Amino acid sequence: MNREDFPVLKQDIVYFDNGATTLKPQCVIDKMVDYYSNYTSNIHRGEYSLALRTNKEYDEVRTIVKKFIGALKEEEIVFTKGSTEALNMIVFGYFKNVLKEGDEVLLNKGEHASNVLPWFILQKTIKIKIKNVELDDNYELNVDNIKKEINERTKVIALSQISNVVGDIRDVYSIGKLCKDNNIYFVVDASQAVSHVEVDVVKNNIDFLAFSGHKMMGPTGVGVLYGKYDLLCNMEPLEYGGGMNQSFESDGSYELKTPPTKFEAGTPPIAEVIGLGEAIKYIEKIGVNKIHEHELKLKKYLVQELEKIDNVILYNKNSESGIVIFNLDHVFSQDTAVYLNHYKICIRAGNHCTKMLKDDLKIKNTCRVSMYLYNTKEDVDKLIEALRKSKDIFNIIL
Amino acid sequence: MNILEDKELRREIILDNYQNPMNKGLVNDSCYLKENTNNESCIDNIDIQLKVDNGIVSDIRFDGEACAISTSATSIIIKSLIGKSVNEARYILKNYKNMISEKEYDSDILGELVVYDEISKQPNRINCALLPYNAICKMLNRLDEV
Ligand SMILES: Cc1ncc(COP(=O)(O)O)c(C=O)c1O
Repeated sequence: MNREDFPVLKQDIVYFDNGATTLKPQCVIDKMVDYYSNYTSNIHRGEYSLALRTNKEYDEVRTIVKKFIGALKEEEIVFTKGSTEALNMIVFGYFKNVLKEGDEVLLNKGEHASNVLPWFILQKTIKIKIKNVELDDNYELNVDNIKKEINERTKVIALSQISNVVGDIRDVYSIGKLCKDNNIYFVVDASQAVSHVEVDVVKNNIDFLAFSGHKMMGPTGVGVLYGKYDLLCNMEPLEYGGGMNQSFESDGSYELKTPPTKFEAGTPPIAEVIGLGEAIKYIEKIGVNKIHEHELKLKKYLVQELEKIDNVILYNKNSESGIVIFNLDHVFSQDTAVYLNHYKICIRAGNHCTKMLKDDLKIKNTCRVSMYLYNTKEDVDKLIEALRKSKDIFNIIL
Repeated sequence: MNILEDKELRREIILDNYQNPMNKGLVNDSCYLKENTNNESCIDNIDIQLKVDNGIVSDIRFDGEACAISTSATSIIIKSLIGKSVNEARYILKNYKNMISEKEYDSDILGELVVYDEISKQPNRINCALLPYNAICKMLNRLDEV
Protein backbone atom coordinates (compact mmCIF):
# COMPACT_ATOMS: atom_id res chain seq x y z
CA MET A 1 0.00 0.00 0.00
CA ASN A 2 0.94 3.65 -0.55
CA ARG A 3 4.51 2.92 -1.62
CA GLU A 4 4.71 6.07 -3.70
CA ASP A 5 4.41 8.14 -0.50
CA PHE A 6 7.78 6.91 0.80
CA PRO A 7 10.85 8.49 -0.80
CA VAL A 8 13.23 5.85 0.56
CA LEU A 9 11.38 3.24 -1.47
CA LYS A 10 12.51 4.91 -4.68
CA GLN A 11 15.69 2.96 -4.07
CA ASP A 12 15.69 -0.63 -5.10
CA ILE A 13 15.43 -2.10 -1.59
CA VAL A 14 13.19 -4.37 0.40
CA TYR A 15 12.69 -2.80 3.82
CA PHE A 16 11.77 -5.40 6.41
CA ASP A 17 13.11 -3.72 9.54
CA ASN A 18 10.01 -1.86 10.60
CA GLY A 19 10.22 -3.16 14.15
CA ALA A 20 13.40 -1.11 14.54
CA THR A 21 12.12 1.98 12.81
CA THR A 22 9.75 2.75 9.97
CA LEU A 23 10.15 4.79 6.80
CA LYS A 24 8.60 8.24 6.67
CA PRO A 25 6.00 9.37 4.17
CA GLN A 26 6.65 12.58 2.25
CA CYS A 27 3.88 14.41 4.10
CA VAL A 28 5.64 13.94 7.44
CA ILE A 29 8.94 15.14 6.01
CA ASP A 30 7.22 18.12 4.37
CA LYS A 31 5.45 19.03 7.57
CA MET A 32 8.76 19.28 9.42
CA VAL A 33 10.48 21.11 6.60
CA ASP A 34 7.59 23.57 6.65
CA TYR A 35 8.22 24.31 10.33
CA TYR A 36 11.94 24.73 9.74
CA SER A 37 11.51 26.75 6.56
CA ASN A 38 8.52 28.92 7.36
CA TYR A 39 7.75 29.36 11.03
CA THR A 40 10.67 28.24 13.21
CA SER A 41 10.11 29.64 16.69
CA ASN A 42 9.91 28.37 20.24
CA ILE A 43 6.68 27.43 21.98
CA HIS A 44 4.98 29.07 24.97
CA ARG A 45 7.04 32.24 24.98
CA GLY A 46 6.46 34.40 21.95
CA GLU A 47 3.71 36.85 21.16
CA TYR A 48 4.61 37.22 17.48
CA SER A 49 2.75 35.43 14.75
CA LEU A 50 5.39 32.80 13.97
CA ALA A 51 5.39 31.69 17.59
CA LEU A 52 1.63 31.72 17.73
CA ARG A 53 1.52 29.40 14.78
CA THR A 54 4.08 27.09 16.40
CA ASN A 55 2.04 27.01 19.60
CA LYS A 56 -1.05 26.14 17.69
CA GLU A 57 0.57 23.38 15.64
CA TYR A 58 2.28 21.90 18.71
CA ASP A 59 -0.82 21.97 20.91
CA GLU A 60 -3.00 20.48 18.21
CA VAL A 61 -0.87 17.35 18.23
CA ARG A 62 -1.84 16.69 21.82
CA THR A 63 -5.45 16.57 20.73
CA ILE A 64 -4.59 14.34 17.78
CA VAL A 65 -2.73 11.92 20.06
CA LYS A 66 -5.49 12.02 22.65
CA LYS A 67 -8.07 10.91 20.12
CA PHE A 68 -5.72 8.42 18.52
CA ILE A 69 -5.25 6.44 21.75
CA GLY A 70 -8.69 7.08 23.18
CA ALA A 71 -7.56 9.19 26.13
CA LEU A 72 -9.99 11.42 28.00
CA LYS A 73 -8.07 14.68 27.96
CA GLU A 74 -5.12 16.46 26.39
CA GLU A 75 -3.50 16.85 29.80
CA GLU A 76 -2.89 13.10 29.88
CA ILE A 77 -0.53 13.27 26.89
CA VAL A 78 3.13 14.02 27.64
CA PHE A 79 5.66 14.37 24.85
CA THR A 80 8.93 12.54 25.48
CA LYS A 81 11.85 11.64 23.29
CA GLY A 82 10.57 8.12 22.84
CA SER A 83 9.27 4.98 24.51
CA THR A 84 12.44 4.50 26.48
CA GLU A 85 12.23 7.88 28.12
CA ALA A 86 8.50 7.46 28.76
CA LEU A 87 9.00 4.09 30.45
CA ASN A 88 11.80 5.48 32.59
CA MET A 89 9.59 8.39 33.62
CA ILE A 90 6.82 5.98 34.59
CA VAL A 91 9.09 3.78 36.67
CA PHE A 92 11.27 6.43 38.30
CA GLY A 93 8.79 9.30 38.41
CA TYR A 94 5.85 7.31 39.69
CA PHE A 95 6.49 3.75 40.82
CA LYS A 96 9.69 4.52 42.65
CA ASN A 97 7.59 6.62 45.02
CA VAL A 98 4.58 4.38 45.43
CA LEU A 99 6.00 0.85 45.51
CA LYS A 100 7.40 -0.68 48.69
CA GLU A 101 9.74 -3.51 49.51
CA GLY A 102 8.18 -6.83 48.58
CA ASP A 103 5.64 -5.38 46.16
CA GLU A 104 5.48 -7.51 43.04
CA VAL A 105 5.75 -6.42 39.42
CA LEU A 106 4.83 -8.93 36.71
CA LEU A 107 6.99 -8.86 33.59
CA ASN A 108 7.83 -11.65 31.14
CA LYS A 109 10.89 -12.77 29.26
CA GLY A 110 9.66 -11.32 25.98
CA GLU A 111 9.93 -7.71 27.14
CA HIS A 112 12.24 -5.12 25.62
CA ALA A 113 15.16 -3.82 27.69
CA SER A 114 13.34 -0.50 28.13
CA ASN A 115 10.56 -2.23 30.02
CA VAL A 116 12.88 -4.45 32.01
CA LEU A 117 15.96 -2.58 33.17
CA PRO A 118 14.15 0.32 34.91
CA TRP A 119 12.27 -2.28 36.98
CA PHE A 120 15.54 -4.10 37.71
CA ILE A 121 16.83 -0.88 39.20
CA LEU A 122 13.81 -0.66 41.50
CA GLN A 123 14.34 -4.27 42.43
CA LYS A 124 17.88 -3.39 43.46
CA THR A 125 17.18 -0.06 45.16
CA ILE A 126 13.79 -0.37 46.83
CA LYS A 127 13.57 -4.18 46.81
CA ILE A 128 10.45 -4.69 44.79
CA LYS A 129 10.11 -8.22 43.47
CA ILE A 130 10.00 -8.91 39.74
CA LYS A 131 8.26 -12.04 38.57
CA ASN A 132 8.36 -13.25 35.00
CA VAL A 133 5.05 -14.66 33.84
CA GLU A 134 5.71 -17.87 31.97
CA LEU A 135 5.36 -17.80 28.20
CA ASP A 136 3.42 -20.60 26.50
CA ASP A 137 4.79 -23.17 24.04
CA ASN A 138 4.71 -20.60 21.26
CA TYR A 139 6.67 -18.14 23.46
CA GLU A 140 3.49 -16.08 23.76
CA LEU A 141 2.00 -14.46 26.84
CA ASN A 142 -1.50 -15.58 27.74
CA VAL A 143 -3.93 -14.35 30.34
CA ASP A 144 -4.14 -17.64 32.23
CA ASN A 145 -0.44 -17.61 32.95
CA ILE A 146 -0.72 -14.06 34.22
CA LYS A 147 -3.58 -15.06 36.52
CA LYS A 148 -1.42 -17.77 38.06
CA GLU A 149 1.11 -15.21 39.24
CA ILE A 150 -1.29 -12.71 40.75
CA ASN A 151 -1.50 -12.50 44.52
CA GLU A 152 -2.17 -9.79 47.09
CA ARG A 153 1.35 -8.39 46.69
CA THR A 154 1.00 -7.90 42.92
CA LYS A 155 1.04 -4.16 42.30
CA VAL A 156 1.97 -3.76 38.62
CA ILE A 157 1.63 -5.66 35.37
CA ALA A 158 3.92 -4.18 32.73
CA LEU A 159 4.02 -5.57 29.21
CA SER A 160 4.26 -4.69 25.56
CA GLN A 161 0.97 -4.86 23.72
CA ILE A 162 2.81 -6.54 20.84
CA SER A 163 6.15 -8.09 21.74
CA ASN A 164 8.97 -7.01 19.50
CA VAL A 165 10.45 -10.46 18.78
CA VAL A 166 7.69 -13.06 18.96
CA GLY A 167 5.18 -10.49 17.79
CA ASP A 168 2.31 -11.92 19.83
CA ILE A 169 -0.57 -9.54 20.38
CA ARG A 170 -1.35 -9.53 24.06
CA ASP A 171 -4.97 -9.52 25.14
CA VAL A 172 -4.78 -6.12 26.78
CA TYR A 173 -8.54 -5.94 27.19
CA SER A 174 -8.70 -8.99 29.45
CA ILE A 175 -5.47 -8.10 31.21
CA GLY A 176 -6.72 -4.57 31.81
CA LYS A 177 -9.88 -5.96 33.33
CA LEU A 178 -7.86 -8.30 35.49
CA CYS A 179 -5.83 -5.35 36.70
CA LYS A 180 -8.91 -3.35 37.49
CA ASP A 181 -10.54 -6.21 39.42
CA ASN A 182 -7.39 -6.82 41.44
CA ASN A 183 -6.34 -3.24 42.00
CA ILE A 184 -3.17 -3.59 39.96
CA TYR A 185 -1.52 -0.86 37.92
CA PHE A 186 -1.43 -1.64 34.20
CA VAL A 187 1.59 -0.33 32.27
CA VAL A 188 1.60 -0.89 28.51
CA ASP A 189 4.54 -0.47 26.16
CA ALA A 190 2.78 0.18 22.87
CA SER A 191 5.98 0.69 20.83
CA GLN A 192 5.25 -2.17 18.45
CA ALA A 193 1.49 -1.94 18.66
CA VAL A 194 0.77 1.64 17.79
CA SER A 195 -0.34 1.99 14.16
CA HIS A 196 -0.40 -1.82 13.80
CA VAL A 197 -3.40 -2.57 16.02
CA GLU A 198 -5.89 -0.47 17.91
CA VAL A 199 -4.47 1.22 21.00
CA ASP A 200 -7.15 2.35 23.42
CA VAL A 201 -6.22 3.39 26.93
CA VAL A 202 -9.71 3.76 28.36
CA LYS A 203 -11.25 0.63 26.91
CA ASN A 204 -8.31 -1.43 28.13
CA ASN A 205 -8.07 0.26 31.50
CA ILE A 206 -4.45 1.26 30.95
CA ASP A 207 -2.83 3.39 33.65
CA PHE A 208 0.35 4.27 31.80
CA LEU A 209 1.27 3.82 28.14
CA ALA A 210 4.41 4.55 26.13
CA PHE A 211 5.24 4.67 22.43
CA SER A 212 7.74 6.17 19.99
CA GLY A 213 6.98 8.28 16.94
CA HIS A 214 9.65 6.76 14.73
CA LYS A 215 8.05 3.32 14.76
CA MET A 216 4.82 4.72 13.33
CA MET A 217 6.12 6.74 10.36
CA GLY A 218 6.84 9.73 12.53
CA PRO A 219 10.19 11.40 13.25
CA THR A 220 12.89 10.13 15.57
CA GLY A 221 13.33 11.96 18.86
CA VAL A 222 9.69 12.11 19.87
CA GLY A 223 7.42 9.77 21.77
CA VAL A 224 4.44 9.81 24.04
CA LEU A 225 3.80 9.05 27.67
CA TYR A 226 0.15 8.62 28.52
CA GLY A 227 -0.92 8.51 32.15
CA LYS A 228 -4.33 8.73 33.81
CA TYR A 229 -4.61 12.33 34.92
CA ASP A 230 -4.68 11.74 38.66
CA LEU A 231 -1.65 9.47 38.37
CA LEU A 232 0.24 12.11 36.44
CA CYS A 233 -0.58 14.60 39.18
CA ASN A 234 1.22 12.32 41.63
CA MET A 235 4.15 11.65 39.32
CA GLU A 236 7.45 13.47 39.83
CA PRO A 237 9.29 14.95 36.88
CA LEU A 238 12.77 13.60 36.24
CA GLU A 239 13.89 16.84 34.61
CA TYR A 240 13.58 20.36 35.93
CA GLY A 241 14.04 23.62 34.10
CA GLY A 242 12.31 26.15 31.96
CA GLY A 243 8.71 25.85 30.88
CA MET A 244 7.68 23.41 33.61
CA ASN A 245 7.77 25.72 36.62
CA GLN A 246 5.12 28.15 37.77
CA SER A 247 7.49 30.21 39.88
CA PHE A 248 10.72 30.07 41.84
CA GLU A 249 12.19 32.49 44.34
CA SER A 250 15.60 33.35 45.70
CA ASP A 251 14.75 31.62 48.97
CA GLY A 252 14.65 28.30 47.11
CA SER A 253 10.91 27.96 47.01
CA TYR A 254 9.28 26.96 43.77
CA GLU A 255 6.04 25.81 42.30
CA LEU A 256 5.67 23.47 39.36
CA LYS A 257 3.07 23.56 36.64
CA THR A 258 0.46 20.86 36.24
CA PRO A 259 0.62 17.89 33.85
CA PRO A 260 1.56 17.60 31.07
CA THR A 261 3.67 20.79 31.17
CA LYS A 262 5.43 19.79 34.37
CA PHE A 263 7.00 16.86 32.49
CA GLU A 264 8.23 18.82 29.49
CA ALA A 265 11.17 20.79 30.82
CA GLY A 266 13.19 22.78 28.32
CA THR A 267 12.56 23.24 24.63
CA PRO A 268 10.78 20.11 23.42
CA PRO A 269 11.35 18.46 20.03
CA ILE A 270 8.97 20.88 18.34
CA ALA A 271 9.45 19.87 14.71
CA GLU A 272 9.22 16.23 15.71
CA VAL A 273 6.00 16.67 17.67
CA ILE A 274 4.48 18.46 14.69
CA GLY A 275 5.74 15.68 12.41
CA LEU A 276 4.21 13.08 14.73
CA GLY A 277 0.83 14.75 14.40
CA GLU A 278 1.09 14.49 10.64
CA ALA A 279 2.04 10.80 10.89
CA ILE A 280 -1.05 10.09 12.96
CA LYS A 281 -3.26 11.88 10.45
CA TYR A 282 -1.67 9.77 7.73
CA ILE A 283 -2.28 6.56 9.68
CA GLU A 284 -5.88 7.47 10.39
CA LYS A 285 -6.53 8.13 6.73
CA ILE A 286 -5.46 4.58 5.94
CA GLY A 287 -6.90 2.93 9.03
CA VAL A 288 -5.04 0.86 11.60
CA ASN A 289 -7.19 -2.19 10.91
CA LYS A 290 -6.28 -2.10 7.23
CA ILE A 291 -2.60 -1.93 8.11
CA HIS A 292 -2.91 -4.90 10.44
CA GLU A 293 -4.85 -6.96 7.93
CA HIS A 294 -2.23 -6.26 5.28
CA GLU A 295 0.68 -7.21 7.53
CA LEU A 296 -0.98 -10.37 8.69
CA LYS A 297 -1.73 -11.47 5.15
CA LEU A 298 1.92 -10.95 4.22
CA LYS A 299 3.12 -12.75 7.31
CA LYS A 300 0.93 -15.77 6.58
CA TYR A 301 2.24 -15.88 3.03
CA LEU A 302 5.83 -15.56 4.20
CA VAL A 303 5.38 -18.33 6.77
CA GLN A 304 3.77 -20.59 4.21
CA GLU A 305 6.69 -20.12 1.83
CA LEU A 306 9.37 -20.35 4.52
CA GLU A 307 7.99 -23.69 5.62
CA LYS A 308 8.84 -25.03 2.19
CA ILE A 309 12.52 -24.23 2.60
CA ASP A 310 14.20 -27.01 4.54
CA ASN A 311 17.09 -25.09 6.10
CA VAL A 312 14.85 -22.42 7.61
CA ILE A 313 14.01 -22.65 11.31
CA LEU A 314 10.89 -20.65 12.18
CA TYR A 315 10.19 -19.60 15.74
CA ASN A 316 6.90 -17.69 15.75
CA LYS A 317 4.68 -18.79 12.93
CA ASN A 318 1.50 -18.42 14.98
CA SER A 319 1.69 -14.86 16.23
CA GLU A 320 -0.77 -12.53 14.56
CA SER A 321 1.37 -9.49 13.81
CA GLY A 322 3.73 -8.78 10.94
CA ILE A 323 6.82 -10.10 12.72
CA VAL A 324 8.61 -13.27 11.66
CA ILE A 325 11.74 -14.57 13.37
CA PHE A 326 13.84 -17.33 11.90
CA ASN A 327 17.33 -18.66 11.42
CA LEU A 328 19.03 -20.56 8.66
CA ASP A 329 20.19 -23.88 10.03
CA HIS A 330 23.82 -23.64 11.18
CA VAL A 331 24.18 -20.04 10.11
CA PHE A 332 24.76 -17.22 12.57
CA SER A 333 21.96 -14.67 12.25
CA GLN A 334 24.33 -11.81 11.49
CA ASP A 335 25.76 -13.75 8.54
CA THR A 336 22.23 -14.23 7.21
CA ALA A 337 21.58 -10.51 7.50
CA VAL A 338 24.80 -9.71 5.66
CA TYR A 339 23.80 -12.22 2.99
CA LEU A 340 20.35 -10.70 2.55
CA ASN A 341 21.86 -7.25 2.32
CA HIS A 342 23.61 -8.53 -0.78
CA TYR A 343 20.12 -8.78 -2.30
CA LYS A 344 19.21 -5.36 -0.89
CA ILE A 345 16.90 -6.89 1.68
CA CYS A 346 17.00 -5.11 5.05
CA ILE A 347 16.31 -7.31 8.06
CA ARG A 348 17.63 -7.27 11.63
CA ALA A 349 19.78 -9.91 13.30
CA GLY A 350 20.42 -10.19 17.00
CA ASN A 351 18.59 -10.50 20.26
CA HIS A 352 16.43 -7.45 19.51
CA CYS A 353 16.94 -6.05 23.02
CA THR A 354 14.98 -8.91 24.57
CA LYS A 355 17.89 -10.67 26.17
CA MET A 356 15.81 -12.79 28.54
CA LEU A 357 13.98 -14.54 25.72
CA LYS A 358 17.01 -16.72 25.00
CA ASP A 359 16.17 -18.83 28.06
CA ASP A 360 12.95 -19.97 26.41
CA LEU A 361 13.88 -19.78 22.75
CA LYS A 362 17.12 -21.71 23.42
CA ILE A 363 18.88 -19.49 20.94
CA LYS A 364 20.38 -16.08 21.57
CA ASN A 365 20.11 -14.50 18.17
CA THR A 366 17.58 -14.60 15.40
CA CYS A 367 16.77 -12.87 12.12
CA ARG A 368 13.71 -10.67 12.34
CA VAL A 369 11.47 -9.63 9.46
CA SER A 370 8.97 -6.98 10.49
CA MET A 371 6.35 -5.85 7.99
CA TYR A 372 4.50 -2.64 7.47
CA LEU A 373 1.89 -1.21 5.16
CA TYR A 374 4.29 -0.53 2.28
CA ASN A 375 5.62 -4.07 2.09
CA THR A 376 4.31 -6.17 -0.76
CA LYS A 377 3.99 -9.75 -1.85
CA GLU A 378 6.88 -9.02 -4.23
CA ASP A 379 9.05 -8.06 -1.24
CA VAL A 380 8.24 -11.40 0.35
CA ASP A 381 8.97 -13.20 -2.91
CA LYS A 382 12.40 -11.57 -3.11
CA LEU A 383 13.20 -12.69 0.43
CA ILE A 384 12.00 -16.22 -0.28
CA GLU A 385 14.00 -16.37 -3.47
CA ALA A 386 17.17 -15.26 -1.65
CA LEU A 387 16.65 -17.72 1.18
CA ARG A 388 15.97 -20.52 -1.26
CA LYS A 389 19.38 -19.90 -2.80
CA SER A 390 21.05 -19.57 0.58
CA LYS A 391 23.01 -22.80 0.29
CA ASP A 392 25.69 -20.62 -1.32
CA ILE A 393 25.61 -18.04 1.47
CA PHE A 394 29.35 -18.28 2.14
CA ASN A 395 30.19 -17.77 -1.49
CA ILE A 396 28.30 -14.53 -1.29
CA ILE A 397 29.40 -13.16 2.05
CA LEU A 398 33.02 -14.28 2.19
CA MET B 1 49.92 -20.35 -4.93
CA ASN B 2 49.57 -16.93 -3.39
CA ILE B 3 46.47 -16.86 -1.20
CA LEU B 4 45.84 -13.24 -2.03
CA GLU B 5 45.29 -13.95 -5.70
CA ASP B 6 42.93 -16.84 -5.30
CA LYS B 7 39.51 -15.80 -4.11
CA GLU B 8 38.33 -19.37 -3.93
CA LEU B 9 41.21 -20.36 -1.68
CA ARG B 10 40.63 -17.42 0.60
CA ARG B 11 37.00 -18.37 1.02
CA GLU B 12 37.93 -21.97 1.70
CA ILE B 13 40.35 -20.96 4.42
CA ILE B 14 37.78 -18.72 6.11
CA LEU B 15 35.01 -21.26 5.79
CA ASP B 16 37.16 -24.11 7.02
CA ASN B 17 38.15 -22.11 10.08
CA TYR B 18 34.53 -21.14 10.68
CA GLN B 19 33.15 -24.64 10.40
CA ASN B 20 36.03 -26.45 12.06
CA PRO B 21 37.66 -23.85 14.24
CA MET B 22 40.88 -24.51 16.10
CA ASN B 23 40.68 -24.99 19.86
CA LYS B 24 36.98 -24.37 20.32
CA GLY B 25 35.88 -25.15 23.86
CA LEU B 26 37.21 -23.66 27.07
CA VAL B 27 39.21 -25.42 29.76
CA ASN B 28 38.78 -25.21 33.48
CA ASP B 29 42.31 -24.22 34.41
CA SER B 30 43.31 -21.19 36.43
CA CYS B 31 46.66 -20.95 34.61
CA TYR B 32 44.74 -19.41 31.72
CA LEU B 33 43.88 -15.75 31.45
CA LYS B 34 40.32 -15.16 30.29
CA GLU B 35 38.58 -12.37 28.42
CA ASN B 36 35.04 -11.95 27.12
CA THR B 37 34.67 -10.06 23.90
CA ASN B 38 31.34 -8.46 23.54
CA ASN B 39 31.45 -6.65 20.29
CA GLU B 40 29.88 -3.24 20.82
CA SER B 41 28.59 -2.86 17.30
CA CYS B 42 27.31 -6.37 16.69
CA ILE B 43 26.11 -9.44 18.46
CA ASP B 44 29.19 -11.63 18.54
CA ASN B 45 30.06 -12.95 21.93
CA ILE B 46 33.23 -14.96 22.38
CA ASP B 47 35.24 -16.00 25.42
CA ILE B 48 38.95 -16.42 24.87
CA GLN B 49 41.50 -18.07 27.14
CA LEU B 50 45.23 -17.61 26.86
CA LYS B 51 48.12 -19.40 28.52
CA VAL B 52 51.71 -18.21 28.55
CA ASP B 53 54.60 -20.38 29.76
CA ASN B 54 58.09 -18.93 30.08
CA GLY B 55 57.32 -16.11 27.70
CA ILE B 56 55.81 -18.42 25.07
CA VAL B 57 52.12 -18.45 24.12
CA SER B 58 51.51 -22.10 24.87
CA ASP B 59 47.75 -22.28 24.33
CA ILE B 60 44.74 -20.20 23.31
CA ARG B 61 41.16 -21.47 23.44
CA PHE B 62 37.79 -19.92 22.72
CA ASP B 63 34.08 -20.51 22.83
CA GLY B 64 30.93 -18.58 22.01
CA GLU B 65 28.39 -17.62 19.40
CA ALA B 66 29.67 -15.48 16.61
CA CYS B 67 29.57 -14.82 12.90
CA ALA B 68 31.71 -16.42 10.23
CA ILE B 69 34.27 -13.64 10.20
CA SER B 70 34.92 -13.38 13.92
CA THR B 71 34.87 -17.12 14.47
CA SER B 72 37.26 -17.84 11.62
CA ALA B 73 39.52 -14.92 12.55
CA THR B 74 39.72 -16.24 16.10
CA SER B 75 40.64 -19.67 14.83
CA ILE B 76 43.34 -18.40 12.47
CA ILE B 77 44.79 -16.05 15.05
CA ILE B 78 44.97 -18.93 17.51
CA LYS B 79 46.87 -21.01 14.97
CA SER B 80 49.22 -18.13 14.22
CA LEU B 81 50.07 -17.31 17.81
CA ILE B 82 50.48 -20.64 19.56
CA GLY B 83 54.16 -21.43 20.01
CA LYS B 84 55.26 -17.83 19.45
CA SER B 85 56.97 -15.70 22.06
CA VAL B 86 54.88 -12.97 23.61
CA ASN B 87 56.84 -10.39 21.65
CA GLU B 88 56.36 -12.23 18.37
CA ALA B 89 52.67 -12.57 19.13
CA ARG B 90 52.43 -8.84 19.75
CA TYR B 91 54.20 -8.14 16.47
CA ILE B 92 51.81 -10.39 14.53
CA LEU B 93 48.78 -8.81 16.19
CA LYS B 94 50.07 -5.33 15.47
CA ASN B 95 50.50 -6.13 11.80
CA TYR B 96 47.12 -7.79 11.67
CA LYS B 97 45.51 -4.66 13.07
CA ASN B 98 47.41 -2.51 10.60
CA MET B 99 46.21 -4.66 7.73
CA ILE B 100 42.59 -4.45 8.85
CA SER B 101 42.95 -0.68 9.31
CA GLU B 102 44.46 -0.26 5.83
CA LYS B 103 47.86 0.79 7.16
CA GLU B 104 51.28 -0.54 6.18
CA TYR B 105 51.93 -4.06 7.37
CA ASP B 106 54.33 -6.95 7.03
CA SER B 107 52.40 -9.60 5.13
CA ASP B 108 55.16 -12.19 5.37
CA ILE B 109 54.56 -12.86 9.04
CA LEU B 110 50.77 -12.94 8.84
CA GLY B 111 50.42 -16.31 7.15
CA GLU B 112 46.79 -17.24 6.59
CA LEU B 113 45.63 -14.07 8.32
CA VAL B 114 46.10 -12.23 5.03
CA VAL B 115 42.74 -13.66 3.95
CA TYR B 116 41.19 -10.67 5.73
CA ASP B 117 43.16 -8.04 3.84
CA GLU B 118 40.05 -6.78 2.07
CA ILE B 119 37.74 -6.76 5.04
CA SER B 120 37.96 -2.98 5.27
CA LYS B 121 35.78 -2.86 2.17
CA GLN B 122 32.95 -4.12 4.35
CA PRO B 123 32.96 -1.62 7.22
CA ASN B 124 30.33 -3.53 9.18
CA ARG B 125 32.68 -6.52 9.40
CA ILE B 126 35.82 -4.76 10.58
CA ASN B 127 34.83 -5.12 14.21
CA CYS B 128 34.14 -8.80 13.66
CA ALA B 129 37.66 -9.31 12.36
CA LEU B 130 39.09 -7.36 15.29
CA LEU B 131 37.11 -9.16 17.97
CA PRO B 132 39.77 -11.78 18.82
CA TYR B 133 42.51 -9.20 18.35
CA ASN B 134 41.06 -6.95 21.04
CA ALA B 135 40.61 -9.74 23.54
CA ILE B 136 44.06 -11.23 23.06
CA CYS B 137 45.78 -7.83 23.24
CA LYS B 138 43.99 -7.16 26.52
CA MET B 139 45.25 -10.39 27.98
CA LEU B 140 48.81 -9.81 26.76
CA ASN B 141 48.73 -6.39 28.37
CA ARG B 142 47.61 -7.93 31.60
CA LEU B 143 50.84 -9.98 31.57
CA ASP B 144 52.78 -6.75 31.93
CA GLU B 145 50.85 -5.76 35.01
CA VAL B 146 51.92 -8.77 37.09
C1 LIG C 1 8.70 -3.26 22.52
C2 LIG C 1 9.64 -2.09 22.51
N1 LIG C 1 9.72 -1.30 23.59
C3 LIG C 1 10.53 -0.23 23.63
C4 LIG C 1 11.33 0.10 22.56
C5 LIG C 1 12.23 1.29 22.66
O1 LIG C 1 11.86 2.29 21.79
P1 LIG C 1 12.79 3.57 21.58
O2 LIG C 1 14.14 3.05 21.25
O3 LIG C 1 12.17 4.30 20.46
O4 LIG C 1 12.78 4.35 22.85
C6 LIG C 1 11.29 -0.69 21.42
C7 LIG C 1 12.16 -0.38 20.27
O5 LIG C 1 12.88 -1.19 19.76
C8 LIG C 1 10.43 -1.81 21.39
O6 LIG C 1 10.36 -2.61 20.33
